[in-house]
Amino acid sequence: MSALAALLRRDIRVALRVGGGALIGMLFFLTVVVLMPFALGPDLALLRRLGPAILWLGAMLASLLTLDRLFLADSEDGSLDLLVMSRTPLELTCATKAVAHWLTAGVPLIVITPALGLLLNLDLLATAAVALTLIAGTPALTFTGMIGAALAVTLHRGGLLLAVIVVPLSIPVLIFGVAASTAAITGPLSFGTPFSILCALSLASFVIGPFAAAACLRQRMD
Amino acid sequence: MAVIDLANPTRFLKLVERVLPWLALATAVTLAIGLQQSLAAPDDYQQGATVKIMFIHVPNAWLAMFVWGVMSLSALGTLVWRHPLADVSAQAAAPLGAAFTFLALVTGSLWGRPMWGTYWEWDARMTSVLVLFVMYLGLIALWRAVEDPARAARAAAILTLVGAINLPIIKFSVDWWNTLHQPASVLRAGGPALDNAFLIPLLTMGVAFSLLFVTLHLAAMRNEILRRRIRSLRMMQAAQGAA
Repeated sequence: MSALAALLRRDIRVALRVGGGALIGMLFFLTVVVLMPFALGPDLALLRRLGPAILWLGAMLASLLTLDRLFLADSEDGSLDLLVMSRTPLELTCATKAVAHWLTAGVPLIVITPALGLLLNLDLLATAAVALTLIAGTPALTFTGMIGAALAVTLHRGGLLLAVIVVPLSIPVLIFGVAASTAAITGPLSFGTPFSILCALSLASFVIGPFAAAACLRQRMD
Repeated sequence: MAVIDLANPTRFLKLVERVLPWLALATAVTLAIGLQQSLAAPDDYQQGATVKIMFIHVPNAWLAMFVWGVMSLSALGTLVWRHPLADVSAQAAAPLGAAFTFLALVTGSLWGRPMWGTYWEWDARMTSVLVLFVMYLGLIALWRAVEDPARAARAAAILTLVGAINLPIIKFSVDWWNTLHQPASVLRAGGPALDNAFLIPLLTMGVAFSLLFVTLHLAAMRNEILRRRIRSLRMMQAAQGAA
């Protein structure tokens, strides 16, 4: 347990220090959202209607962008080999790394969501709904994305391949995240149903993600 | 012959050489019968002759999903039993599955144009097939990104299994998404069960396409084994040349 706690502390610390790039995802999120009015036109009513979708797309792309940081640096400096060979179960190690990654890459996205909601003319309720769905949904993005990150680091291929593999897997999260947000804003459906499914997706990814990622990382040693 | 006996590629190749002509013959005969039955089938009272697209479209859609099932079984074979031919099977099946999915999409869209007035509709079923197609392409991209097929094999197997878990979730969520945005107006819900005049040609075509898949799959596996042999021969040659 203490090994996992130490790993969590270390990953967070590395991410927050210079070169860790914890905030770059946030910056990217901001850029994507700022781009949208240029493409769609500065129509506030339209932006308000598309707001949840824009925020969710931006958050999804930003979390995709930061995914390869999950294993790549550790693989380059060799610490990943030590983690794989250590006595701690690799599944738990992967889960811990994903939690640390979510804390440093996912949480910042949620933190600036209210400010970006303001830019998109969302009212308080809508912003709160989007932020809440992001809290419930971004862990699923991280934990399913982890599978892709593990594949990429195993095959020494990253970048676009990672995106092509991960994006189809995160379609359900996007659907229910946006569905829950719009349900909270406009109805007529209740917020609870899609939101519960979103939570269920996150919980399922907690199980599937670490096992699949650990299986990938193990075969890296062969 | 037990599956384990086929672990020897040479034995497998021998079996394929023996079986393949007969399979090809059976495919050709069933396909001919199925096509004849399809052409002889009466026109639909609403759709006219375009209903005959169904006899091509539906078997393709069946196989699009069936092939992922075959690949998942192969992936289990790779990960659990380390069967040496399992990854050959998965690798050979992926392009076939992508082709069947693509044909299902194309025939569906050609069918949709006269019937629904549009080539593409973001209907739940079409969307999930499109996602399936993208996942096939991603898997093929993974295979092609790595030079050494043995190294790519287990990574691809893990991705295949993750996809097998995710595909029902995607299907379900796309259904939800579609019903949220528009009622099921496109596919006539609860349409009448198929009349025998349509059902029999459809089933024949289903069998024909399955046979076609088995034939092509075995041939592709044979080609892949030979390709890998050539590859290792070339590498041995290069190593000797370097020494």
